[in-house]
Amino acid sequence: MGGNSPCASCKLLRRRCAKGCIFAPYFPPDDPHRFAIVHKVFGASNISKMLQELPVHQRADAVSSLVYEANARVRDPVYGCVGAISYLQNQVAQLQMQLAVAQAEILCIQVQQEPLAMPSPVIPMDGSGDKSFLLHNNLPQYFNLASNSSNVTHESLKRESFYGQDMVS
Amino acid sequence: MSSFSRCAACKYLRRKCPQDCILAPYFPSSNPQRFVCVHKIFGASNVTKMLQQVPGHLRAEAAECISYEAIARVQDPVYGCVGIITQLQQQISQIHSEIMKTKGEMIAHHCAHSQHHPPPQPQGDPSWSISLHQQQQDYSQSDEHLLRKY
Repeated sequence: MGGNSPCASCKLLRRRCAKGCIFAPYFPPDDPHRFAIVHKVFGASNISKMLQELPVHQRADAVSSLVYEANARVRDPVYGCVGAISYLQNQVAQLQMQLAVAQAEILCIQVQQEPLAMPSPVIPMDGSGDKSFLLHNNLPQYFNLASNSSNVTHESLKRESFYGQDMVS
Repeated sequence: MSSFSRCAACKYLRRKCPQDCILAPYFPSSNPQRFVCVHKIFGASNVTKMLQQVPGHLRAEAAECISYEAIARVQDPVYGCVGIITQLQQQISQIHSEIMKTKGEMIAHHCAHSQHHPPPQPQGDPSWSISLHQQQQDYSQSDEHLLRKY
């Protein structure tokens, strides 16, 4: 993008917006805040390097997720979007417990209603079969936030509405 | 700090590590890769600014979270932490569906059982018939509460 309408990045950086500007497709001039926030958190040169390392068809999603992370970090300078992850991990743990309780109740009901037909109830504890999602999730655990200090959960719980947004297309 | 005990940040940046180096407590030389990721994604000067903006007693947590985000972004250059958030949301949705399905089965069992074995008429204490209805209400109220959050 060149000529009369430099992209938001080149406007902020006060430079000429070249025809092949890597930022231009993702930081239009009508939304200066979007670039301002990623520049504040990551820096323009880091963003540029990250985008250059990605195929073109993935850059839009990468920018969206970077904007999300940058917003989270500005909103919460301590926990950033890790606060959201911690909150969601706690939700997963609570729901898994609820599911386990509900399934145990079903088994009890079945045993009570058909005591002769049903074998002894065995609640699988090894994650076999299609209940493997009940176990600890397979997400990379760089460090176990769910059992981390209560501070993480306490702070992140204050920001419920932030997690309802759509992340990337 | 002498040149023999520089923090990972100062070692990587090939500079002297001063006594009051703000990065030293959170990027020890024993884990150089952590700072490499953080520097690649955020840059040393941005991390320094971020830590300076945070009160001292919260800097360790902030450094942990910044490192977490940087490592997540190195592992997944397109989505970073947002990919983890999306996965967790999908997992929550999946477990929630399972819970609803299980509750449906429970209600079906109760109904089938009631049809074949009508309950005895309560003798002045109808609380037992209310408790099942109340349970169902409690479950759906908690589900609404969860759904609202997402």
